[in-house]
Amino acid sequence: MGVWAIALHGGAGMIAKEKMTADWKKRTEAALNEILDVGIAALRNSLPAVEAVELVVRALEDNTLFNAGKGSVLTNKGTVEMEASIMDGRSKNCGAVSGISTVVHPVSLARLVMDNSPHVYLAFDGAEEFARQQGVETVDTNTFITEENREKLENAKKTNSVELDFSEHAPDDLNSGDNEDTRTNGNGAAHAGYNPGQREIANEKTNDHPDRFAIKKKCALHQVFKAEFETVGCTAVDVWGNCAAATSTGGLVNKMSGRIGDTPIVGAGTYANHLCAVSGTGRGEEFIKHTVAKEVAAIMEYKELPLGKAVYKVIHEKLPENMGGLVAVSTSGEVAMAFNTPSMFRASAQEGGERMIGIW
Amino acid sequence: MGWGIALHGGAGDISKDLPRARKEAVEACLAQCLRLGVSALESSHAALDVAELVVKELEANPVFNAGRGSVLTTDGTVEMEACIMDGPTMNCGAVSGLSTVVHPISLARLVMERTPHIYLAFEGAEAFARQQGLETKEPSYFITKENQERLARAQEKSLVQLDHTVYSTTIIVAHNQDNPGQKKNVKQDILPPTDPQKPEFETVGCVVVDSKGNCVAATSTGGLVNKMVGRIGDTPVVGAGNYANHLCAVSATGRGEAIIRATVAREVAAIMEYKKVPLDVAVEEVIGQRLPAGKGGLVAVSATGDVVMAFNTTGMYRASMKQGGTQEIGIWH
Repeated sequence: MGVWAIALHGGAGMIAKEKMTADWKKRTEAALNEILDVGIAALRNSLPAVEAVELVVRALEDNTLFNAGKGSVLTNKGTVEMEASIMDGRSKNCGAVSGISTVVHPVSLARLVMDNSPHVYLAFDGAEEFARQQGVETVDTNTFITEENREKLENAKKTNSVELDFSEHAPDDLNSGDNEDTRTNGNGAAHAGYNPGQREIANEKTNDHPDRFAIKKKCALHQVFKAEFETVGCTAVDVWGNCAAATSTGGLVNKMSGRIGDTPIVGAGTYANHLCAVSGTGRGEEFIKHTVAKEVAAIMEYKELPLGKAVYKVIHEKLPENMGGLVAVSTSGEVAMAFNTPSMFRASAQEGGERMIGIW
Repeated sequence: MGWGIALHGGAGDISKDLPRARKEAVEACLAQCLRLGVSALESSHAALDVAELVVKELEANPVFNAGRGSVLTTDGTVEMEACIMDGPTMNCGAVSGLSTVVHPISLARLVMERTPHIYLAFEGAEAFARQQGLETKEPSYFITKENQERLARAQEKSLVQLDHTVYSTTIIVAHNQDNPGQKKNVKQDILPPTDPQKPEFETVGCVVVDSKGNCVAATSTGGLVNKMVGRIGDTPVVGAGNYANHLCAVSATGRGEAIIRATVAREVAAIMEYKKVPLDVAVEEVIGQRLPAGKGGLVAVSATGDVVMAFNTTGMYRASMKQGGTQEIGIWH
């Protein structure tokens, strides 16, 4: 029997140390410790990795400190559209859901899609219908909406309208976060320590591509989303060496209704196979483009690098700066957590090893 | 090193006893779409425009499962999805759950170019389509008699299968809500022994590399016959059914669930990049070894002008051509 290991996150973001009140910090650390204990207990009791990650993510969904389940951020319509996914590395079975508005535990619904349906991914009305048919716990959608998130939405909308006034930009300025003129935080202000010399890689590959894709972007319209990318997720490897990952989120503040991020996209925000399990958090669009979660596994497999090196490459060499982070475990019990934003709520533990929680 | 283009109308268990009328309709459509793409490339259009153009043509033709002619959900409705990805920039756009948009691939492109997002679905996607003034029609426009018949057959088989299999409506929910620490291990045969879904997984797709080496992939589908309402397949999942980067572009077709698990499109590119092998070697590894047999196929192009098509099903409707080469149109191995 091998060693178990677990790594979980409550989201990567832009929280500077000075900005976090002592009380908020204390509550967050307490939550991370408590939830880490849930995962450790499961693994110590020889539960399979896929069970452990589901239990942990359920606990994270319950906690309004994080952007998932209760406490999910709101769409531009002021509604909640949650998404989640789970993947069992042993079988590569997976389940995902999007557009959930009444299900208390989206990650558990994702698991039911995996176990109890012929499909891998259900969304919106169809997913809600399946939830009722499966008898999972549902509540009135307003239960998920917190006052804090209403305020976040209002602030985001205000910023939005300011940005929109400035834009004379080409339509396709909007898609990418990785260009050198707009390395800003979510609210449009330049991030301290930003180095304009980086990130030439994207431009090298344009092959004289038509101008509209090589235009230096002038407007931070695409950066109007609140920078706290607080998705939640968990990766675990059990005593049999099987890895699993699960991720859950409310998405981006003020996102267009119907917008799907990386969380339910297998290979982007969540992935697990015989080598490792990965759960990401950050600007979903970047995770999708760069198939971040799968990338870690691919680098491990094809370049034969250990987990830590693969994770480092993906977060610090492939993913544009300030776009997110991830947690990962490998079948041999390694743990790796990395982020290129100022902060990422996280916690990890290994059998016979150290436990840690962290924010910066 | 010139341009290259490959397109498909779906991989699956295509019977060699295909009725002649259908075979001719399919071959005519493939040839027509190939001509369209080749002509655009010869006029130096960019890969992104060519790929979209070809997929629009495939969507318009009811002989394939995309746009008009999409297969139906278990409720008899249409839920279309599509995805487009531009290799050099890795910008991408995806849509799901469309029921009135005539060209899902064009909506995917608009999501890519006109929103801060990559993927929009269901009502939100439909609302965006209207806001953008894209052509829409009544849902009934997309529903063909042939697909209504397919659905009826699939549902008949389902009912029969339900009588004999472990899949029943009393499935044990995997969690005990009062005692989250004590889960019941649920392992059951959800899929009946013979898949009642029609085996022809007719997604459509097109990959293009233009004379500048820019690769683009575009894919569009109605999904699986008799799928659950709200079911999303591999097509709009970037890295599964559709993917492009500076090395290659890939569009896959087959059993969506299997393609998602195997992250097919991304795997081809990753093998090329990290193992430093040519496109055909990467494709062979994925279709021959990583994707379970009978589950699908793909078309792919590389930035250096290679064109590869592969499938591990009985057949795949396909067509391809390289600059200075001859056109290839095929169905079986």
